Amino acid sequence: MHKESAIREPLILGHKTYHDVTEDVCRPIEDKAPKMWYILFGIALIIGLYGVGCIFYLLGTGIGVWGLNKTIGWAWDITNFVWWVGIGHAGTLISAVLLLFRQKWRMAINRSAEAMTIFAVFMAGLFPLIHMGRLWVGYWTLPLPNQFGSLWVNFNSPLLWDVFAISTYLSVSLVFWYIGLIPDFATIRDRAKKPVSKKMYSILSFGWSGRAKHWNRFELVSLVLAGLATPLVFSVHSIVSFDFATSIVPGWHTTIFPPYFVAGAVFSGFAMVQTLMLVMRKAMGLEAYIHTKHVEYMNIVIMVTGSIVGTAYITELFISWYSGVEYEAYAFINRATGPYWWAYFAMMTCNVVSPQLMWFRPLRRSLIFTFIISIVVNIGMWFERYVIIVTSLHRDYLPSAWSMHYPSHIDIGVYIGTIGLFFVFFLLFARYFPVLALNEVKTILKSSGESYKNAPDTHSHNDANHSTH
Amino acid sequence: MAERVIYAMYDDDDVLKDGAKMLVAKGVKISEVFSPFPIHGIDPIIGIKNTRLGIVAFLFGITGLMLATIGMRFFMVTDWPMNIGGKPNFAYLDNLLAFVPITFEFTVLCAAHGMAITYMLRNKTLPGIPAQNPDPRTTDDKFVMEIRLSENTKYNSDELEKMLRETGLIELDQKDIK
Repeated sequence: MHKESAIREPLILGHKTYHDVTEDVCRPIEDKAPKMWYILFGIALIIGLYGVGCIFYLLGTGIGVWGLNKTIGWAWDITNFVWWVGIGHAGTLISAVLLLFRQKWRMAINRSAEAMTIFAVFMAGLFPLIHMGRLWVGYWTLPLPNQFGSLWVNFNSPLLWDVFAISTYLSVSLVFWYIGLIPDFATIRDRAKKPVSKKMYSILSFGWSGRAKHWNRFELVSLVLAGLATPLVFSVHSIVSFDFATSIVPGWHTTIFPPYFVAGAVFSGFAMVQTLMLVMRKAMGLEAYIHTKHVEYMNIVIMVTGSIVGTAYITELFISWYSGVEYEAYAFINRATGPYWWAYFAMMTCNVVSPQLMWFRPLRRSLIFTFIISIVVNIGMWFERYVIIVTSLHRDYLPSAWSMHYPSHIDIGVYIGTIGLFFVFFLLFARYFPVLALNEVKTILKSSGESYKNAPDTHSHNDANHSTH
Repeated sequence: MAERVIYAMYDDDDVLKDGAKMLVAKGVKISEVFSPFPIHGIDPIIGIKNTRLGIVAFLFGITGLMLATIGMRFFMVTDWPMNIGGKPNFAYLDNLLAFVPITFEFTVLCAAHGMAITYMLRNKTLPGIPAQNPDPRTTDDKFVMEIRLSENTKYNSDELEKMLRETGLIELDQKDIK
C-alpha cells in the first residue's frame, strides 16, 4: 500500500507526524508576522502604489505617455503582458500536468506556485486593459448586444481569442486553487482561537467537514480539473503567440511560435517559482518539505524547457536564412547585429547558456546557484519578449519609418509597479493562507516521508509469527 | 427525533481502515468517516459509490461547445458577416479553423465551472455553512468513524463498543444527534 522504492530520496525530511505537518504550516499563519514580513510588505506596497499612480496618470492623460511611436506601436506593455502570462504557466503545470503524471514532489510546491500563477495572470491582465486607454469600455471585448448595429467583436481575431483564453485561464486556475484550499482552511478554522480568525476561516472553508464521500468527490474534481487545465495551459500561451504569429511582420510570422512560447513560459515560470520558493522555505521554516530534491527536480524542468527554447531560437535563425526571404533574413540579422544587439545577447546568454549549467549535478543541487540562475532566467525571458516585439517592429519595410524605442518613466513605473503589486499579493497569501497543500502532503507522508519510508517493514516481519495481519 | 451515534477516533488511517474492514465483515454499518485527507481505499469498504461528477463535467463541456458554436455562427455568419482581408464569412465551415480556439476555451470554461459549482452544491459546502465534523482534530491528524445505532439494529451499543475497542481506537464517544 504505502510503498515506494528505497533508493528514491524522501520528499519529507525528518520525523514528521500528521500533526507536525499541520503545526509547521499553520504556525506562521497563527503567530505574529515577523518584522521582515512588514518590511518586505511595506517596500512592495510602496512600489505597487507607485505603479498604480502611474496607471492613473496614464488613464488620465492617454497612452501617449508611453514611449511608443508610429513605428513601434507595441513595446513594454505587451512585453510585460507576455512575460507575466508566461510566469503564470508554471503554477498550472505543477498542479495540473504533474498531477496527471502522478509526480508527488509537486505537493509541496503546488499551492504557492498556483497562487503565483493567479497573481501573475492578474498582473498580465492589467496591461491589455490599460492599453485600451479607456479602461471603462473594457467590456467592449465581450460579445454583448449593443446599439452599434449590433456590431459584434471579431471572432477571427487572435486578440479576441486572447480575451477568452486569459479569462478562462484565470478563472479556472482560481477555482482549481480554491477547491484545494477549502480543506486546508478547515484545518486552520478548527485550530483558530481568536473569534475573528475563527469566523473568517469558517467562511473561507465553506463548512468543509472531511466526510469520506466529500473526499471521493474532491479527488475526482481535482483530477478532472487537472485534465481540463492541462490542454488549457498549452492553449493559452499558444494563443498568446498567435497575437504575433498570425500577423505578417517579419520575425513574427512563424509557425514555430506556439510550442516555442509554451516552452518559454514554463521555463520562466519555473524560474519564478524557484525565486519565490527558495526565499519562502527559509522564511517560513519549510525546509523539511521543500528541500534540495524539489529544487533539483525544478532545475531539471528549467534545463529541459531552456533547451527547447534554445533550439527554437536557433531554428528560427536558420529558417530565416533558409527561407530565402530577404525581409525575414534581415529581421534576424538586425536582431543579432543591429542597434538592439545587446538585448539579443542578453536573451541568448540568459536563456540558452545559463540553463545548460544545470547538467552539472552539484550546480543544480546548489541553492545559491539556483537562486542566481532563476533571477537570470527571468531577466532573460523578459528580454526574449522585448527582442521579439521591439526589434521586429523598429525596422519595417520602409527605411524612412525606421525608429528606436525609448521607454518613458511611465513605462518603467507601470512595469516595476506590477512587480510590487505581485509581491503585495504574494506576501498576503503567505501570511494568511496555508502555503503548503496540507491535505495532499499528509497523503504522501507514509510513502515518501523519511521516517516512515526507511522504517523496517513491520508487516512482513510479523507475518511469520502472527497470521492476523 | 434524537439519534444515538458512536464516534470512534483513531490516530492512523491504516488502523481505521483495518478496523472498518473487520467491522463491516461482522455486518456493522459504518455511516461516515471523517478524515483530514482522503484515505485511499476506504470508499468500497464502507460502501461509498464513486462520484458521477466526471459525467457532469462532460455534460457541461458539451453544453459549452454547443453554445460557442451556435453563438459564433450567429455573430459571424448570420447577424453581421464580417469580411476581413477579403476573406468573408459565408458559412461557418469556411472559417471553422478561426473558431477553434474560442470553442475550446469556452468548452473548458463551462466544464470546469459547471463541475465546480455542482461539486459545491452536492457537498453542501458554501460560504456561511457551519462545519459538521464531530471533533476539531479530524481536520488535523485524527480520523473518526461514525456508527449510528438505528442502522445497526442487530447489535446494541455495548456490543458495538466492545467490537470497536478491538480495532485499536484511541477515543470513543457517544452522542445524541438530531
